[in-house]
Amino acid sequence: MSTPLIDVRNLKQYFPVKTGLFKTEFLKAVDDVSFSINEGETLGLVGESGCGKTTVGRSILRLYEPTAGEVLYDGVPVTAKNIGRMRQNMQMVFQDPYSSLDPRMTVEDIIGEPLDVHKLYENRAERREKILTLMDYVGLNAEHATRYAHEFSGGQRQRIGIARALAVNPKFIVCDEPVSALDVSIQAQVINMFEDLQVKLGVAYLFIAHDLLVVHHISQRIAVMYLGKIVEMGKADDVNYTSIHPYTQSLMSAVPIPDPDYTRQRHRIVLQGDVPSPLHMPTGCPFRTRCRYACEQCAQEMPPLTDRGGGHMVACWVK
Amino acid sequence: MESTNTFEKQHLLSVQDLHTSFFTDSGEVHAVNGVSFNLDEGEILGIVGESGSGKSVTAYSIMQILASTGKVVGGKILYKGDDLTKWNESKLDKFRGKCVSIIFQDPMTSLNPVFTIGNQLIEAITLHTDKRGAEAKARAIELLSLVGINEPERRLKQYPHEHSGGMRQRVMIAMALACEPDILIADEPTTALDVTIQAQILELIQSLQKKLGMAVILVTHDLGVIAEMCDNIIVMYGGRICERGTASEIFYNPKHEYTKGLLRSIPNVKDMKQRLVPISGTPINILNLPKGCPFCARCENCMKICLQEPPLEIDINENHKASCWMNIKAAFEGGCV
Ligand SMILES: Nc1ncnc2c1ncn2[C@@H]1O[C@H](COP(=O)(O)OP(=O)(O)OP(=O)(O)O)[C@@H](O)[C@H]1O
Ligand SMILES: Nc1ncnc2c1ncn2[C@@H]1O[C@H](COP(=O)(O)OP(=O)(O)OP(=O)(O)O)[C@@H](O)[C@H]1O
Ligand code: SF4
Ligand code: SF4
Ligand SMILES: [Mg+2]
Ligand SMILES: [Mg+2]
Repeated sequence: MSTPLIDVRNLKQYFPVKTGLFKTEFLKAVDDVSFSINEGETLGLVGESGCGKTTVGRSILRLYEPTAGEVLYDGVPVTAKNIGRMRQNMQMVFQDPYSSLDPRMTVEDIIGEPLDVHKLYENRAERREKILTLMDYVGLNAEHATRYAHEFSGGQRQRIGIARALAVNPKFIVCDEPVSALDVSIQAQVINMFEDLQVKLGVAYLFIAHDLLVVHHISQRIAVMYLGKIVEMGKADDVNYTSIHPYTQSLMSAVPIPDPDYTRQRHRIVLQGDVPSPLHMPTGCPFRTRCRYACEQCAQEMPPLTDRGGGHMVACWVK
Repeated sequence: MESTNTFEKQHLLSVQDLHTSFFTDSGEVHAVNGVSFNLDEGEILGIVGESGSGKSVTAYSIMQILASTGKVVGGKILYKGDDLTKWNESKLDKFRGKCVSIIFQDPMTSLNPVFTIGNQLIEAITLHTDKRGAEAKARAIELLSLVGINEPERRLKQYPHEHSGGMRQRVMIAMALACEPDILIADEPTTALDVTIQAQILELIQSLQKKLGMAVILVTHDLGVIAEMCDNIIVMYGGRICERGTASEIFYNPKHEYTKGLLRSIPNVKDMKQRLVPISGTPINILNLPKGCPFCARCENCMKICLQEPPLEIDINENHKASCWMNIKAAFEGGCV
């Protein structure tokens, strides 16, 4: 088998949390997560708020020092030492196009900054040309170059953020809720742009979003997280239409479908209760406090992710 | 749901040619420009539309809780036939307490963090009903169990931050129900919540609506939520209603270019990989509304008349109305006008 572009192995990210005067406990935001992403592929990452999606993305890019485990880029371990150079290959696009860009910088300077940092041009003319090419990729007009970020709409700012991420010519981009802040009619523009860039430049994405229809649309594969662990992972259609894990099943059945005839006759599995606090993780399977199939074994041991055929991975003792 | 006709039966709520503006330093913001609709007992009416299209302002106009710079500058809002835009503050207070309640997107902004859930819920009950003391507390416990909160007695003593987002939204719903309103307005009630919690809250609203027979106005930008919940749907753009009808008419037979565009811009559940078709351009600047159809700058089929005059609302069929010149043109060409 060929080397995957991104190979995440047993990644753990624990955060120390003061729970008393002299007491520090560890919040297991990401707990033993493994997955890989191939060149030019999109892996969708979904799960409830606080389950660790953003932390996975940030740990891959070493915005945090992982507690344990490793991330390989094209077979090479990403370390604190080489991350500076690695950032030429791996980038991140954030949710909020309003706060992630400095409003006092011009578009040209925002997109040019990473080019400066990595010294990716010979002279001013080449710098300018690169910036204009990037702007063209993401559908911004050349005359926008000298305008300030605050003069743009949400969708346009998200394009600026993406052009900036693309500046270093990365092979991999973590997209953390990149369309959530945008109006529905604008989301489609940005989603299409991600798809076009993938075809044109062969970039791979880790695509984090809470809109499961959008994730299904854009991803070849999907990983479902619950309380810091991946509970199911596989081809987008398999995870959506033939999900096996009880959590995924209820998640998928809860997605509101914009099709009245279909949505009113389907069976919704409504979950009881809330997600437990990640500080007081249940023993064994993290989902057992809300699972209708939970048995004794579930309380004792975390089920391993096993292949149920065709790379459809599920972590459940019963199903 | 039909457009207004004074000879019709009396509706629970009838909004007639509502115009609401904000008077700001940069000028008059025409947030709502001629919105009309009716709501009947037990109906769930969905309002969907672009951000800034006037959904919340319409809801706040009904509640008469606009910001101080905001004002209903035209039209009527009839509650059981009586125009509430003419009421004084004390009459409105009673109306807000007894007849209509609202829940907002972010429960944290509406719950006071320094008081317990019990304080706030019991206050709402004593304010809006004649229950006092132990009776009010009993009602509070009853309401919390009604909205599916377990151990309600213990919960009464807790503060809002001790509850999850989903639980806080349940508390908000319990408070909104304290007065047993005829109308519940829910403004993006689940937008801040996870999908599985959203499903719980939507199911709760549905079951309470059935149990208590209230009418519900559900404001959301989520077409999935609308499809699941609503009997009738209003689609708004630029402060106007562009289309209205039953859920199946709006989803399967859209007759306004904005609605059509909206439906094309979300993933097609019958073919998830089908390429999305975005609506081009950017949302309108409400300070600078076009003279004609508010959607004209983004519409592929925009005609000369669209730039000059706002389209008339015409009947597509008995369950469906739309305001787009294309329909009028088609009707002319088909010879049925
Ligand atoms: N820097 C940090 N220090 C301490 N705890 C953190 C930190 N970052 C995240 N956490 C905690 O780790 C858990 C996972 O958070 P994370 O932001 O990764 O979730 P998420 O899946 O991205 O959620 P959302 O959908 O809300 O964005 C949460 O319980 C969060 O409170
Ligand atoms: N207090 C205010 N002062 C000035 N303009 C306002 C005020 N409140 C609302 N508006 C304007 O009125 C218009 C309608 O706003 P409204 O909040 O009703 O939109 P909405 O359809 O609810 O959008 P969203 O989906 O974003 O909630 C917007 O252009 C908004 O900017
Ligand atoms: S392992 Fe047990 S508790 Fe966990 S999802 Fe499977 S059946 Fe439910
Ligand atoms: S009235 Fe004209 S501009 Fe408006 S939606 Fe219809 S065709 Fe487009
Ligand atoms: Mg996140
Ligand atoms: Mg609103």
